[in-house]
Amino acid sequence: MRFRESASQTAGPYVHIGCTPNFCGIGGVYTEDLGSRMITGDAKGERITIRGTVIDGAGMALRDAMVEIWQADAAGLYASPEEARGAADPHFTGFGRRAGDYETGEWVFETIRPGPVPGPGGRMQAPHVTFWIVARGINLGLHTRMYFPEDDLSADPVLSRIEHRSRIATLVAKAEGQGAYRFDIRLQGPEETIFFEC
Amino acid sequence: MSYYARASGWHPPALHPPYKTSVKRSPSFAPVTMPQTPSELTGPAFGHGLFGPLDNDLIRNFGAEAAIGPRIVVFGRVQDEDGRPVPEALLEIWQANASGRYRHAKEGYIGAIDPNFGGCGRTITDAEGRYEFRTIQPGAYPWPNGPNDWRPAHIHFSIFGRAFAQRLITQMYFEGDPMIWRCPIVSSIPSREAVEGLIARWDPEATLPMDARAFRFDITLRGRRGTMFEGRP
Repeated sequence: MRFRESASQTAGPYVHIGCTPNFCGIGGVYTEDLGSRMITGDAKGERITIRGTVIDGAGMALRDAMVEIWQADAAGLYASPEEARGAADPHFTGFGRRAGDYETGEWVFETIRPGPVPGPGGRMQAPHVTFWIVARGINLGLHTRMYFPEDDLSADPVLSRIEHRSRIATLVAKAEGQGAYRFDIRLQGPEETIFFEC
Repeated sequence: MSYYARASGWHPPALHPPYKTSVKRSPSFAPVTMPQTPSELTGPAFGHGLFGPLDNDLIRNFGAEAAIGPRIVVFGRVQDEDGRPVPEALLEIWQANASGRYRHAKEGYIGAIDPNFGGCGRTITDAEGRYEFRTIQPGAYPWPNGPNDWRPAHIHFSIFGRAFAQRLITQMYFEGDPMIWRCPIVSSIPSREAVEGLIARWDPEATLPMDARAFRFDITLRGRRGTMFEGRP
Protein backbone atom coordinates (compact mmCIF):
# COMPACT_ATOMS: atom_id res chain seq x y z
CA MET A 1 0.00 0.00 0.00
CA ARG A 2 1.35 3.42 -0.94
CA PHE A 3 -1.64 5.55 0.00
CA ARG A 4 -4.13 5.65 2.86
CA GLU A 5 -7.84 5.39 2.25
CA SER A 6 -9.64 8.74 2.43
CA ALA A 7 -11.07 9.02 5.93
CA SER A 8 -14.82 8.71 6.32
CA GLN A 9 -17.02 11.57 7.50
CA THR A 10 -20.69 11.51 8.43
CA ALA A 11 -23.21 11.87 5.61
CA GLY A 12 -24.88 14.50 7.80
CA PRO A 13 -28.55 15.49 7.93
CA TYR A 14 -28.78 16.54 4.28
CA VAL A 15 -27.55 13.40 2.54
CA HIS A 16 -30.82 13.43 0.58
CA ILE A 17 -29.76 16.52 -1.33
CA GLY A 18 -26.93 14.63 -2.94
CA CYS A 19 -28.25 11.10 -3.06
CA THR A 20 -32.04 11.35 -3.39
CA PRO A 21 -32.64 14.93 -4.58
CA ASN A 22 -36.04 14.22 -6.12
CA PHE A 23 -37.18 12.75 -2.80
CA CYS A 24 -36.31 15.98 -0.98
CA GLY A 25 -37.88 18.34 -3.49
CA ILE A 26 -34.89 19.16 -5.67
CA GLY A 27 -36.52 18.25 -8.94
CA GLY A 28 -35.32 18.69 -12.46
CA VAL A 29 -31.64 17.98 -11.89
CA TYR A 30 -31.74 14.19 -12.34
CA THR A 31 -34.53 12.31 -14.10
CA GLU A 32 -34.92 9.97 -11.16
CA ASP A 33 -33.14 9.19 -7.93
CA LEU A 34 -30.37 6.62 -8.17
CA GLY A 35 -31.44 3.21 -6.90
CA SER A 36 -35.15 4.03 -6.95
CA ARG A 37 -35.98 1.11 -9.27
CA MET A 38 -34.31 -2.24 -8.83
CA ILE A 39 -36.63 -4.13 -11.17
CA THR A 40 -36.36 -2.61 -14.64
CA GLY A 41 -38.24 -5.16 -16.71
CA ASP A 42 -39.35 -8.75 -16.63
CA ALA A 43 -36.94 -9.85 -13.91
CA LYS A 44 -36.91 -13.50 -12.94
CA GLY A 45 -37.78 -14.47 -9.40
CA GLU A 46 -40.26 -13.83 -6.64
CA ARG A 47 -41.20 -10.20 -6.01
CA ILE A 48 -40.74 -9.23 -2.40
CA THR A 49 -40.82 -6.08 -0.31
CA ILE A 50 -38.45 -5.22 2.50
CA ARG A 51 -39.49 -2.45 4.83
CA GLY A 52 -38.04 -1.19 8.05
CA THR A 53 -36.63 1.62 10.12
CA VAL A 54 -33.28 2.43 11.64
CA ILE A 55 -33.67 2.90 15.41
CA ASP A 56 -31.32 4.78 17.72
CA GLY A 57 -30.26 3.98 21.27
CA ALA A 58 -33.23 5.87 22.73
CA GLY A 59 -35.69 3.78 20.71
CA MET A 60 -36.44 6.51 18.20
CA ALA A 61 -36.58 5.92 14.45
CA LEU A 62 -34.02 7.90 12.47
CA ARG A 63 -35.81 10.23 10.08
CA ASP A 64 -32.69 11.36 8.26
CA ALA A 65 -31.02 8.07 7.37
CA MET A 66 -30.16 6.80 3.92
CA VAL A 67 -30.24 3.06 3.41
CA GLU A 68 -28.67 1.22 0.48
CA ILE A 69 -29.00 -2.43 -0.40
CA TRP A 70 -26.99 -4.64 -2.74
CA GLN A 71 -28.07 -8.13 -3.61
CA ALA A 72 -27.82 -10.96 -6.09
CA ASP A 73 -30.51 -11.78 -8.63
CA ALA A 74 -32.73 -14.86 -8.42
CA ALA A 75 -29.90 -17.01 -9.74
CA GLY A 76 -27.39 -15.73 -7.19
CA LEU A 77 -25.51 -13.49 -9.63
CA TYR A 78 -24.58 -9.84 -9.18
CA ALA A 79 -25.20 -7.21 -11.85
CA SER A 80 -21.59 -6.03 -11.63
CA PRO A 81 -18.53 -5.95 -13.90
CA GLU A 82 -16.78 -7.68 -11.00
CA GLU A 83 -19.12 -10.67 -11.18
CA ALA A 84 -16.96 -13.51 -12.55
CA ARG A 85 -19.50 -16.35 -12.43
CA GLY A 86 -21.85 -15.38 -15.23
CA ALA A 87 -24.23 -12.75 -16.56
CA ALA A 88 -26.85 -11.48 -14.14
CA ASP A 89 -30.49 -10.87 -15.00
CA PRO A 90 -30.53 -7.80 -17.29
CA HIS A 91 -33.82 -6.65 -15.75
CA PHE A 92 -32.58 -6.45 -12.19
CA THR A 93 -30.01 -3.92 -10.93
CA GLY A 94 -29.37 -5.43 -7.50
CA PHE A 95 -28.86 -1.92 -6.08
CA GLY A 96 -31.47 -0.01 -4.12
CA ARG A 97 -31.36 3.25 -2.22
CA ARG A 98 -33.98 4.87 0.00
CA ALA A 99 -34.34 7.83 2.30
CA GLY A 100 -36.43 7.24 5.38
CA ASP A 101 -39.87 8.86 5.46
CA TYR A 102 -39.63 12.37 6.95
CA GLU A 103 -42.27 11.57 9.61
CA THR A 104 -41.87 7.86 10.39
CA GLY A 105 -38.37 7.09 9.17
CA GLU A 106 -39.68 4.03 7.33
CA TRP A 107 -38.28 2.87 3.98
CA VAL A 108 -39.49 0.18 1.59
CA PHE A 109 -37.59 -1.68 -1.12
CA GLU A 110 -39.42 -3.47 -3.91
CA THR A 111 -37.08 -6.18 -5.03
CA ILE A 112 -36.82 -9.91 -5.72
CA ARG A 113 -35.78 -12.78 -3.53
CA PRO A 114 -32.02 -13.26 -4.02
CA GLY A 115 -30.52 -16.61 -4.89
CA PRO A 116 -27.69 -18.10 -2.85
CA VAL A 117 -24.12 -16.90 -3.40
CA PRO A 118 -20.96 -18.90 -2.63
CA GLY A 119 -18.76 -17.81 0.24
CA PRO A 120 -15.33 -18.78 1.53
CA GLY A 121 -13.99 -21.99 0.03
CA GLY A 122 -17.00 -22.24 -2.25
CA ARG A 123 -19.35 -23.02 0.63
CA MET A 124 -22.82 -21.73 -0.17
CA GLN A 125 -24.10 -18.81 1.86
CA ALA A 126 -27.72 -18.50 2.82
CA PRO A 127 -29.56 -15.97 0.65
CA HIS A 128 -29.02 -12.47 1.99
CA VAL A 129 -29.25 -8.79 1.20
CA THR A 130 -26.34 -6.46 2.03
CA PHE A 131 -27.34 -3.24 3.80
CA TRP A 132 -25.32 -0.03 4.16
CA ILE A 133 -26.63 2.72 6.45
CA VAL A 134 -25.49 6.31 6.73
CA ALA A 135 -26.97 9.26 8.63
CA ARG A 136 -26.17 12.23 10.77
CA GLY A 137 -24.24 10.91 13.77
CA ILE A 138 -22.92 7.84 11.92
CA ASN A 139 -19.23 8.45 11.30
CA LEU A 140 -18.54 5.45 9.07
CA GLY A 141 -21.24 3.76 6.99
CA LEU A 142 -22.66 0.71 8.77
CA HIS A 143 -22.54 -2.59 6.90
CA THR A 144 -24.94 -5.37 7.78
CA ARG A 145 -26.91 -8.18 6.14
CA MET A 146 -30.51 -9.30 6.12
CA TYR A 147 -31.37 -13.01 6.00
CA PHE A 148 -34.74 -14.64 5.42
CA PRO A 149 -36.76 -16.31 8.21
CA GLU A 150 -37.70 -19.35 6.05
CA ASP A 151 -34.11 -20.35 5.37
CA ASP A 152 -31.88 -22.77 7.21
CA LEU A 153 -29.07 -20.53 8.47
CA SER A 154 -27.25 -23.18 10.48
CA ALA A 155 -24.56 -23.87 7.87
CA ASP A 156 -24.00 -20.33 6.66
CA PRO A 157 -20.21 -19.70 6.58
CA VAL A 158 -20.53 -16.04 7.63
CA LEU A 159 -23.06 -16.53 10.40
CA SER A 160 -21.08 -19.46 11.76
CA ARG A 161 -18.30 -17.02 12.72
CA ILE A 162 -20.49 -15.06 15.08
CA GLU A 163 -19.55 -15.68 18.68
CA HIS A 164 -22.72 -14.34 20.30
CA ARG A 165 -25.18 -16.80 18.77
CA SER A 166 -28.19 -15.05 20.29
CA ARG A 167 -27.40 -11.96 18.21
CA ILE A 168 -27.91 -13.75 14.88
CA ALA A 169 -31.64 -13.14 15.24
CA THR A 170 -30.93 -9.42 14.70
CA LEU A 171 -30.04 -10.24 11.07
CA VAL A 172 -33.20 -12.18 10.27
CA ALA A 173 -36.17 -10.36 8.75
CA LYS A 174 -39.71 -10.89 10.03
CA ALA A 175 -42.34 -12.17 7.62
CA GLU A 176 -45.37 -9.87 7.41
CA GLY A 177 -47.31 -11.79 4.78
CA GLN A 178 -46.56 -13.40 1.44
CA GLY A 179 -43.35 -11.89 0.12
CA ALA A 180 -43.42 -9.05 2.64
CA TYR A 181 -40.60 -8.67 5.12
CA ARG A 182 -39.69 -6.26 7.89
CA PHE A 183 -36.08 -5.60 8.81
CA ASP A 184 -35.57 -3.04 11.57
CA ILE A 185 -31.98 -2.02 12.25
CA ARG A 186 -31.12 -1.17 15.84
CA LEU A 187 -27.99 0.89 16.43
CA GLN A 188 -27.84 0.17 20.17
CA GLY A 189 -29.69 -1.64 22.94
CA PRO A 190 -30.33 -5.28 23.85
CA GLU A 191 -31.28 -6.12 20.26
CA GLU A 192 -28.44 -4.15 18.63
CA THR A 193 -28.07 -5.31 15.04
CA ILE A 194 -24.85 -7.06 14.13
CA PHE A 195 -22.66 -4.87 11.96
CA PHE A 196 -19.76 -6.24 9.96
CA GLU A 197 -16.33 -5.22 8.83
CA CYS A 198 -14.73 -7.10 5.99
CA MET B 1 -8.59 -11.55 -4.42
CA SER B 2 -9.52 -9.38 -1.48
CA TYR B 3 -9.50 -5.78 -0.36
CA TYR B 4 -7.02 -4.66 2.28
CA ALA B 5 -8.56 -4.53 5.72
CA ARG B 6 -9.43 -1.08 6.99
CA ALA B 7 -6.77 -0.09 9.51
CA SER B 8 -8.11 0.46 12.99
CA GLY B 9 -7.70 3.99 14.30
CA TRP B 10 -7.72 5.63 10.87
CA HIS B 11 -11.42 6.25 10.31
CA PRO B 12 -13.48 8.05 12.94
CA PRO B 13 -14.73 5.77 15.73
CA ALA B 14 -18.50 5.27 15.82
CA LEU B 15 -18.68 7.07 19.16
CA HIS B 16 -17.20 10.58 19.29
CA PRO B 17 -18.99 12.39 22.15
CA PRO B 18 -18.06 15.93 21.04
CA TYR B 19 -20.28 15.14 18.04
CA LYS B 20 -23.36 14.68 20.19
CA THR B 21 -25.57 12.84 17.71
CA SER B 22 -23.05 10.00 17.60
CA VAL B 23 -23.79 9.13 21.24
CA LYS B 24 -27.10 7.37 20.55
CA ARG B 25 -26.28 6.35 16.98
CA SER B 26 -23.05 4.46 17.57
CA PRO B 27 -23.15 0.67 17.87
CA SER B 28 -21.79 -0.49 21.23
CA PHE B 29 -20.54 -3.85 19.98
CA ALA B 30 -17.40 -3.98 17.89
CA PRO B 31 -18.15 -4.88 14.26
CA VAL B 32 -17.94 -8.59 13.49
CA THR B 33 -15.11 -9.38 11.10
CA MET B 34 -16.30 -11.39 8.14
CA PRO B 35 -14.65 -12.79 5.02
CA GLN B 36 -15.09 -10.98 1.70
CA THR B 37 -17.48 -12.88 -0.55
CA PRO B 38 -18.95 -12.02 -3.95
CA SER B 39 -21.49 -9.89 -2.05
CA GLU B 40 -18.72 -7.53 -0.97
CA LEU B 41 -16.37 -7.96 -3.95
CA THR B 42 -18.95 -6.85 -6.50
CA GLY B 43 -20.74 -3.54 -6.70
CA PRO B 44 -23.17 -1.66 -8.89
CA ALA B 45 -21.84 -0.06 -12.06
CA PHE B 46 -23.15 3.21 -13.44
CA GLY B 47 -22.63 3.74 -17.14
CA HIS B 48 -21.84 7.05 -18.75
CA GLY B 49 -25.39 7.07 -20.12
CA LEU B 50 -26.73 7.95 -16.68
CA PHE B 51 -25.47 11.50 -16.80
CA GLY B 52 -26.95 14.67 -18.18
CA PRO B 53 -24.59 17.35 -19.54
CA LEU B 54 -25.00 19.60 -16.47
CA ASP B 55 -24.95 16.90 -13.80
CA ASN B 56 -21.45 17.96 -12.70
CA ASP B 57 -22.11 21.71 -12.98
CA LEU B 58 -23.80 22.93 -9.78
CA ILE B 59 -23.58 26.53 -11.00
CA ARG B 60 -26.02 25.79 -13.81
CA ASN B 61 -27.84 22.52 -13.13
CA PHE B 62 -30.74 23.86 -11.06
CA GLY B 63 -31.89 27.36 -11.97
CA ALA B 64 -32.32 29.42 -15.10
CA GLU B 65 -29.51 31.74 -14.00
CA ALA B 66 -26.06 30.99 -12.64
CA ALA B 67 -25.80 30.31 -8.90
CA ILE B 68 -24.42 33.11 -6.72
CA GLY B 69 -21.04 32.77 -5.05
CA PRO B 70 -17.34 32.28 -5.73
CA ARG B 71 -17.05 30.13 -8.84
CA ILE B 72 -14.76 27.16 -8.40
CA VAL B 73 -13.70 23.95 -10.09
CA VAL B 74 -13.22 20.90 -7.88
CA PHE B 75 -11.22 18.24 -9.62
CA GLY B 76 -8.95 15.32 -8.87
CA ARG B 77 -8.32 11.66 -9.21
CA VAL B 78 -9.87 8.60 -7.61
CA GLN B 79 -7.24 5.96 -6.91
CA ASP B 80 -6.87 2.91 -4.72
CA GLU B 81 -4.38 2.40 -1.91
CA ASP B 82 -1.82 1.13 -4.41
CA GLY B 83 -2.15 4.30 -6.45
CA ARG B 84 -4.02 2.64 -9.29
CA PRO B 85 -6.72 4.80 -10.88
CA VAL B 86 -10.32 3.79 -10.27
CA PRO B 87 -12.15 4.36 -13.56
CA GLU B 88 -15.95 4.64 -13.70
CA ALA B 89 -16.23 5.52 -10.04
CA LEU B 90 -19.51 7.32 -9.37
CA LEU B 91 -19.11 10.54 -7.37
CA GLU B 92 -22.15 12.30 -5.94
CA ILE B 93 -21.71 15.59 -4.11
CA TRP B 94 -23.92 17.91 -2.09
CA GLN B 95 -23.28 21.18 -0.34
CA ALA B 96 -24.66 24.39 1.14
CA ASN B 97 -24.90 27.50 -0.99
CA ALA B 98 -22.61 30.52 -0.69
CA SER B 99 -24.54 31.70 2.40
CA GLY B 100 -24.06 28.38 4.15
CA ARG B 101 -27.68 27.38 3.59
CA TYR B 102 -28.86 24.00 2.32
CA ARG B 103 -31.93 23.55 0.15
CA HIS B 104 -33.77 21.21 2.51
CA ALA B 105 -37.10 21.20 4.37
CA LYS B 106 -35.37 20.59 7.71
CA GLU B 107 -32.79 23.36 7.28
CA GLY B 108 -33.30 26.26 9.69
CA TYR B 109 -30.35 28.60 9.16
CA ILE B 110 -31.11 32.25 8.38
CA GLY B 111 -28.65 32.33 5.47
CA ALA B 112 -30.43 33.28 2.25
CA ILE B 113 -31.66 30.69 -0.22
CA ASP B 114 -30.25 31.08 -3.70
CA PRO B 115 -33.10 30.40 -6.14
CA ASN B 116 -30.57 29.17 -8.68
CA PHE B 117 -28.70 26.72 -6.50
CA GLY B 118 -29.92 23.18 -5.85
CA GLY B 119 -26.78 21.84 -4.24
CA CYS B 120 -26.31 18.42 -5.85
CA GLY B 121 -24.05 17.11 -8.58
CA ARG B 122 -22.67 13.85 -9.84
CA THR B 123 -20.11 12.54 -12.28
CA ILE B 124 -18.09 9.46 -13.17
CA THR B 125 -14.33 9.09 -13.39
CA ASP B 126 -12.59 8.61 -16.71
CA ALA B 127 -10.11 5.86 -17.62
CA GLU B 128 -7.40 7.56 -15.52
CA GLY B 129 -9.70 8.00 -12.53
CA ARG B 130 -10.10 11.74 -13.09
CA TYR B 131 -13.20 13.78 -12.34
CA GLU B 132 -14.28 17.40 -12.32
CA PHE B 133 -17.12 19.50 -10.90
CA ARG B 134 -18.00 23.14 -11.36
CA THR B 135 -19.69 24.71 -8.37
CA ILE B 136 -19.66 27.68 -6.02
CA GLN B 137 -17.63 27.74 -2.85
CA PRO B 138 -20.04 26.89 -0.01
CA GLY B 139 -20.33 29.09 3.05
CA ALA B 140 -19.61 28.09 6.64
CA TYR B 141 -22.66 27.76 8.89
CA PRO B 142 -23.62 27.25 12.54
CA TRP B 143 -25.18 23.98 13.63
CA PRO B 144 -26.91 22.74 16.76
CA ASN B 145 -24.29 20.77 18.68
CA GLY B 146 -22.37 22.84 21.19
CA PRO B 147 -23.63 26.36 21.95
CA ASN B 148 -21.58 27.94 19.16
CA ASP B 149 -20.36 25.26 16.77
CA TRP B 150 -19.74 26.12 13.14
CA ARG B 151 -18.99 23.82 10.25
CA PRO B 152 -16.05 24.81 8.09
CA ALA B 153 -16.94 25.18 4.42
CA HIS B 154 -17.20 21.69 2.99
CA ILE B 155 -18.56 19.56 0.16
CA HIS B 156 -19.98 16.10 0.87
CA PHE B 157 -18.76 13.28 -1.38
CA SER B 158 -20.35 9.86 -1.87
CA ILE B 159 -18.16 7.42 -3.81
CA PHE B 160 -18.77 4.04 -5.40
CA GLY B 161 -15.68 2.12 -6.51
CA ARG B 162 -15.72 -1.28 -8.14
CA ALA B 163 -16.85 -3.20 -5.08
CA PHE B 164 -19.38 -2.58 -2.36
CA ALA B 165 -16.46 -3.08 0.08
CA GLN B 166 -15.07 0.24 -1.21
CA ARG B 167 -18.24 2.24 -0.54
CA LEU B 168 -17.40 5.53 1.15
CA ILE B 169 -18.94 8.83 2.14
CA THR B 170 -16.72 11.69 3.25
CA GLN B 171 -16.36 15.48 3.18
CA MET B 172 -13.94 17.79 1.42
CA TYR B 173 -12.56 20.89 3.13
CA PHE B 174 -10.71 23.92 1.78
CA GLU B 175 -7.02 24.66 2.23
CA GLY B 176 -6.23 27.37 4.72
CA ASP B 177 -9.55 27.33 6.57
CA PRO B 178 -8.82 27.74 10.31
CA MET B 179 -12.30 26.45 11.17
CA ILE B 180 -11.32 22.92 10.13
CA TRP B 181 -9.37 22.46 13.34
CA ARG B 182 -12.24 23.50 15.62
CA CYS B 183 -14.96 21.30 14.15
CA PRO B 184 -16.33 18.41 16.27
CA ILE B 185 -17.09 16.42 13.10
CA VAL B 186 -13.59 16.84 11.69
CA SER B 187 -12.14 15.99 15.10
CA SER B 188 -13.88 12.61 14.98
CA ILE B 189 -10.96 11.66 12.70
CA PRO B 190 -8.16 10.45 14.98
CA SER B 191 -5.07 11.70 13.13
CA ARG B 192 -4.06 14.99 11.62
CA GLU B 193 -2.67 13.06 8.65
CA ALA B 194 -6.08 11.61 7.86
CA VAL B 195 -7.71 15.06 8.13
CA GLU B 196 -5.08 16.55 5.81
CA GLY B 197 -6.16 14.00 3.22
CA LEU B 198 -9.62 15.59 3.13
CA ILE B 199 -8.38 19.14 2.49
CA ALA B 200 -8.54 20.25 -1.13
CA ARG B 201 -5.56 22.27 -2.32
CA TRP B 202 -5.89 25.51 -4.24
CA ASP B 203 -4.26 24.86 -7.61
CA PRO B 204 -3.43 28.14 -9.39
CA GLU B 205 -2.20 26.22 -12.44
CA ALA B 206 -5.66 24.79 -13.00
CA THR B 207 -7.46 28.14 -12.70
CA LEU B 208 -9.92 28.94 -15.44
CA PRO B 209 -8.83 32.48 -16.35
CA MET B 210 -11.51 35.12 -15.78
CA ASP B 211 -13.89 32.36 -14.65
CA ALA B 212 -13.12 30.12 -11.67
CA ARG B 213 -10.46 29.15 -9.16
CA ALA B 214 -9.56 25.46 -8.97
CA PHE B 215 -9.21 23.12 -5.99
CA ARG B 216 -7.66 19.70 -6.29
CA PHE B 217 -9.12 16.86 -4.20
CA ASP B 218 -7.80 13.34 -4.71
CA ILE B 219 -9.72 10.45 -3.21
CA THR B 220 -8.28 7.10 -2.19
CA LEU B 221 -10.45 3.97 -1.97
CA ARG B 222 -9.52 0.62 -0.51
CA GLY B 223 -6.98 -1.32 -2.59
CA ARG B 224 -6.83 -5.03 -3.18
CA ARG B 225 -4.34 -7.82 -3.29
CA GLY B 226 -4.19 -10.90 -5.43
CA THR B 227 -5.47 -9.51 -8.70
CA MET B 228 -2.47 -10.79 -10.68
CA PHE B 229 -3.20 -14.34 -9.57
CA GLU B 230 -6.83 -14.25 -10.54
CA GLY B 231 -6.40 -13.73 -14.25
CA ARG B 232 -8.74 -10.74 -14.10
CA PRO B 233 -8.00 -7.04 -14.67
